[in-house]
Amino acid sequence: MQNNQNVKSHNPLIYLLAFYSGFCIMGIELLGGRILAPFFGSSVHIWGSIITVFMLSLSFGYLIGGKLSTKNASLSRYGLIFILAGVMVLPIALWSSHIMESIFLVIEDSRYGSLVASMALFFIPTVILGMISPYSVRLLVTDKEKSGQIAGKLYFVSTLGSAIGTIVTSFYFVLLFEVNQIIYTFSVILTLLGLSAVMIYKYQQKNSTSMAGAVHE
Amino acid sequence: MSNIIKVILLAFTLFTAFTQAKVIHQERSLYRNILVEDNQNRRCLKFNVKTSANNQSCLYKDDPQRLVFNYTKLLFSSLLLNNDPKRILIIGLGGGTMSNTLHTLYPQAVIQNVEIDPAVIKVARKYFDFFENELITSKVQDGRIFVKRAALKKQKYDWIILDAFNGEYIPEHLLTVEFLQETKALLSENGILSANTFSSSELYKHESATYKAVFGHFLNISNGKNTNRIILTSKQTLPSDDIIENRAKELSSKLKPFGIDIFEVASYITSTKDTQDWPEDTKVLTDQYSPANLLNEK
Repeated sequence: MQNNQNVKSHNPLIYLLAFYSGFCIMGIELLGGRILAPFFGSSVHIWGSIITVFMLSLSFGYLIGGKLSTKNASLSRYGLIFILAGVMVLPIALWSSHIMESIFLVIEDSRYGSLVASMALFFIPTVILGMISPYSVRLLVTDKEKSGQIAGKLYFVSTLGSAIGTIVTSFYFVLLFEVNQIIYTFSVILTLLGLSAVMIYKYQQKNSTSMAGAVHE
Repeated sequence: MSNIIKVILLAFTLFTAFTQAKVIHQERSLYRNILVEDNQNRRCLKFNVKTSANNQSCLYKDDPQRLVFNYTKLLFSSLLLNNDPKRILIIGLGGGTMSNTLHTLYPQAVIQNVEIDPAVIKVARKYFDFFENELITSKVQDGRIFVKRAALKKQKYDWIILDAFNGEYIPEHLLTVEFLQETKALLSENGILSANTFSSSELYKHESATYKAVFGHFLNISNGKNTNRIILTSKQTLPSDDIIENRAKELSSKLKPFGIDIFEVASYITSTKDTQDWPEDTKVLTDQYSPANLLNEK
């Protein structure tokens, strides 16, 4: 009973985090075009490369996230995925020029150059961000009957996050901030959200163990 | 009476026959809709929609040498700074007018055209007599990539013409400090860069600040009739009015067959040294911050 109560109380947090992961995925994808342009141009195939890599990494992310959720799923581990994502988007801001330059020097054809560069920059962080959706479903579902409904609601929230992340980044962020500033902000917020999930988990663990202790006494 | 009607009818049919633009070619390329339109003696290359604002390049069919557009004529102001370009780089082909004209003027010059859209090159060849030989070549590539690769090969150009903005959309990675630095590195000792741009209001300030950040003060050439302006920069210090006047005298007869009045062109030149019409603290455009299209709408 107590456990169920806990699950319910952190549901809004999980939806918020899923929303933000969707927001970040598309925000970063949109900035991808801007990041690659100085080295690989703005031909159509640039978007081909970026979208391919994002779809590919999301598909792996879903697979890995689902698998991971079968072993001791907890809000704390969920938070760790966010912290990891926050760390792994940092290389995009820190080293993208160097990474792209070395690829530019080796690969003459800008189609394959942009594909390899997208892989190098976006694959790992997007895989991690992709893990969040199935993991969220695992944390939210308590009743088999409602699993489809909850999955639907979760996809609704995270895809809405993607839509808003796309429009806000392309309409306003690029006009107000530099690309790296946006990436750093994404990273900081991902990390903070992850930390808050971990802390809430710790707090609830402490409470429930003391409760359990009280019952035993 | 019936004679008068006949005359009117004849006049009317002639009138419509002559004024109606005829689309002689139309295709959807990877990047845009391309139209080639004949209107009386004028043949024009258009992108996207059927308004004259989107004319990219035009020629007179009975006198292909004579330039139609003012901005193309204004580009020749560059010759006042360097009247003997041996290696020329043109980014953004259009109908190939610049390339053809420059070849006629300087038959020995190496002219490298760079165009992102292969369909544009095809259309230029077929409908605008775009001429290529061992000296004049065209490459399908994004301008930014071409410039980067050319720098790796340590290539130099005496004149770089940046004409990649089409009036509707600005390739934002071609309007940043980093791009201009890369382009500057391709300029020979007496090299000049001229850019045809159409920025207005907000973007005008940012574009100007960006060029100044890389090249220092530059020349603006604009006839004040539309938003088109030519930005003219050089690695050397800009020549004095006397030198420009003398060069104009030398060039005058040479440019006349193309319909260029170089004295008129020279009269449109202003230096930002005398008239800097944007605030000093304007933010420059960089690869990190380049919302050129959004700024142009403001």
